Amino acid sequence: MSDLLKFDLLSASIALKNKEFSSLELTNAYFEAIEKTSALGAYLEIIKDHSMNMAKASDKNINNGTSRPLEGLPIGVKDMFCTKDIKTTASSKILENFCPTYESTVTQNLWDDGAVMLGKLSCDEFAMGSSNETAAKGNVVNPWLKNSKMSPGGSSGGSASAVASRSALAATGTDTGGSIRQPAAFCGVTGLKPTYGRCSRWGIVAFSSSLDQAGPLTRTVSDAALMLNSMAGYDKKDSTSANLEMPDLMNYLDKGIKGKKIGIPKEYTQDGISQDIVKFYEKSINWLKESGAEILPVSLPHTKYALPVYYIIAPAEASSNLARYDGVRYGKRNEAASLDEMYEITRGNGFGEEVKRRIMIGTYVLSSGYYDAYYLKAQKVRRLIKEDFDNVFEEVDYILTPSTPTTSFELGQKQDPLTMYLNDIFTVPASLAGLPGISLPVGLDKSGLPIGIQLIANSFDEPGLISTARALERSAEFNFIPDGAAT
Amino acid sequence: MSETGILKPGHINGETGTWEMVIGLEIHAQISSKSKLFSGASASFGAEANSNVSLVDAAMPGMLPVINEFCIEQAVKTGLALNAKINNVSVFDRKNYFYADLPQGYQISQFTKPIVGEGEIIIDLDNGKQTTIGIERLHLEQDAGKSLHDQHPSKSFIDLNRTGVALMEIVSKPDIRSPQEAGAYVKKIRSILRYVGACDGNMEEGSLRADCNVSVRKSGEEFGTRCEIKNLNSIRFIIQAIQSEAERQVDILESGGKINQETRLFDTSTGETRSMRSKEDAHDYRYFPDPDLLPLEFSDSWVQEIKKTLPELPDSLKKRLVNDFEITPYDASILVEEKDYVDFYQKAAKGQDGKLTANWMITELFGALKKENLTLSNSPISPENLGKLVSLISKGTISGKIAKDVFAEMMTSKNSPSDIVKDKGLEQVSDDTEILKLIDKVISENKDKVNDYLGGKDKLFGFFVGQVMKLSQGKANPGIVNNLLKEKLK
Repeated sequence: MSDLLKFDLLSASIALKNKEFSSLELTNAYFEAIEKTSALGAYLEIIKDHSMNMAKASDKNINNGTSRPLEGLPIGVKDMFCTKDIKTTASSKILENFCPTYESTVTQNLWDDGAVMLGKLSCDEFAMGSSNETAAKGNVVNPWLKNSKMSPGGSSGGSASAVASRSALAATGTDTGGSIRQPAAFCGVTGLKPTYGRCSRWGIVAFSSSLDQAGPLTRTVSDAALMLNSMAGYDKKDSTSANLEMPDLMNYLDKGIKGKKIGIPKEYTQDGISQDIVKFYEKSINWLKESGAEILPVSLPHTKYALPVYYIIAPAEASSNLARYDGVRYGKRNEAASLDEMYEITRGNGFGEEVKRRIMIGTYVLSSGYYDAYYLKAQKVRRLIKEDFDNVFEEVDYILTPSTPTTSFELGQKQDPLTMYLNDIFTVPASLAGLPGISLPVGLDKSGLPIGIQLIANSFDEPGLISTARALERSAEFNFIPDGAAT
Repeated sequence: MSETGILKPGHINGETGTWEMVIGLEIHAQISSKSKLFSGASASFGAEANSNVSLVDAAMPGMLPVINEFCIEQAVKTGLALNAKINNVSVFDRKNYFYADLPQGYQISQFTKPIVGEGEIIIDLDNGKQTTIGIERLHLEQDAGKSLHDQHPSKSFIDLNRTGVALMEIVSKPDIRSPQEAGAYVKKIRSILRYVGACDGNMEEGSLRADCNVSVRKSGEEFGTRCEIKNLNSIRFIIQAIQSEAERQVDILESGGKINQETRLFDTSTGETRSMRSKEDAHDYRYFPDPDLLPLEFSDSWVQEIKKTLPELPDSLKKRLVNDFEITPYDASILVEEKDYVDFYQKAAKGQDGKLTANWMITELFGALKKENLTLSNSPISPENLGKLVSLISKGTISGKIAKDVFAEMMTSKNSPSDIVKDKGLEQVSDDTEILKLIDKVISENKDKVNDYLGGKDKLFGFFVGQVMKLSQGKANPGIVNNLLKEKLK
């Protein structure tokens, strides 16, 4: 492995400032890594000239002593983020040649802080999927057990795979029901979904507006803090963005968790959860206890409804959000004799099976005669789920759960959509409640696949979430590198 | 059957009896805002196709709506002017349907929780009576774009300039009972909108359009099945469309048929309505709250602040004009129809005879402006000069007849009436000796007629008056001429 790839985001940032190497050298090393790991299929679009120009500009800033927080650090961007003059497809055929004339707020924040863009990362089509298999250009491969062709998880599968395989120093992701945390768990990296409203949604291809939230996928908790520092912020262009200052998360890394109360929800230990995960879940509880936290059993009684509620609300919003891909103004169009026929053929060919399934579910649950029984009821239950968390956060500071019921599975193995949806069973409740959650790797299962543990905090308590996650990370000492990583 | 044979408006005589119309209106009023409801693009009319289109309007991926606060204020102002309940919490919903000129695939509107709830307005009818029409609600929504089907033999073109322009939909209760009432209702709403400045009310440019719901019933019966006539853009068409639609429904019902609930279009060339789509073909709009927008919330105190900015509204102004200027309620109702009118009138009538000023403004000035194709805003006669003219008449400086000539001169020269009177020597002659000189001259030149008059031909008196006036070139004070002539011809 190139020595340069050993640096994580934080240490690379320090090394760059100390001029141990240049951003150009670092970025070059990452392009070599991208080439070496190309079989994983993480990248949809590489923009080497653009990246090199960004790196050169960063080196200038470093030399001038005007470096910004992410100066010269090469990162990857999930293809859900619109990037100016760079193809943005949401991994869908319907947007296969779409090139935005604008930059999403979150990515603009990153470039404004000096980050260097390596390229666009694959994901499930319109972020709908848990295995990265719904991507129009084919699935991404998990760098762990590379010969077994394991799923990187989804939807931010390209981001997780790239960070794990050392072909990006860090990456952006989006999380609607677990799309950052689940692939982070599968690929043995850290994935943070902030509080709903923390990061602007402006310029991110919308899947489910009331749930979508951008966040980082990184190698460490510190790196997640560093990334989120830049990504987050109030944006008047997004009416749901929170007008709240976020404190510098780097100040919270080593605050410790002495006296903090950690809740263990009894509803999250159910049948179907892998024994290795249960083992590491218990280990994690002990590690936190050893670090000075108090462990309390808690109950989130409406958890069992979270998945059904999610699969009503998210498709309902998606069915409406995806109506704009109609072949009229941009994207793919199939010519036809009438307008209705043009819609049918364009959308029929342009969307993949999973996206079509969710559009149909969403259209159905919003239809007159079904609205009250499905959508309205789901909204009511969503409120109850939120109240469950509100009640629990009166007793405890953080909640600890497994990130996923199983570790990664072989690509092509899960054909049944319902089985696939169960992947998100531990991540969906916090999404519905708009709460911040982080998944971090704590160990490997018997077959050598990483296991992720999730911490959930109260709204806008990203600082505390970072402190707690860092404490767990220290105890877990996860420093395995996948066999599919760049060498 | 009407016993007199003359039917009241809104009633139709059929074979089986008299039918009554039941009408409800949905008025779409474009808010006078520089930018659109959820984007910064210009909302101006008449720009080159697709030149006023933002990324949000074109529904590019990842674009989000942000509410234009000015539009909220206008909706609240209008709600207050409609004596309506202001809802401190309202919600924007998505109305989902596919059409080429609807880029998002949904229109952002307000479905279950509109910004303004129930209210009422008073309308003036032609017979001088008034009636109250209930307002069901007012909500904010986006306009759609425009499909152009006549630009190419096989293709349709889309212009997105209108896409996202802010509209207020004002829904009446089914309280309207005749096409004339519907016309008066639209006029009143338009007048209120112009007073508060929320909409320019320009129907030709489409800033104000109405959908009319029409049904018929026998007096005292339940409401019948209604049809909706879409997108009428003049008061004349509204009146025609309702009348023709009601007649169509009566014909169907009387021949034993049933009314299908449907949406209809008014064909201005035939003066009839035709079916657009039936209820069965109606879209399922799959309304749900727009997750990109938070519920719209504001405080009572904010509403009170808005209330303070409201101008005096037509109903209250009308009362005040009758009181302060002693004019008839009928004249007052004409003067308050438009804010310009009442502003002009109040300037002109200041310190003058209010009734005389109203007469001159309504009859002479409005008549002359109409003839010249002008409006009050570009009237050659300023309110001050109209007031001066009225003053010259009241003081007896000029006669009413001379005043008409002065008025005509004012229309062309824009000079002040006193200057015109001075320049042309038009002051009224009220001096007895001057007038007696003229009378003597007329008597001496018409001895035979004087004899006839004294012999009993009383009608000749008018002739003598006319002759004296003619001799004075119209300047003699007619009252004095009358009195002195009577004395002389005793």
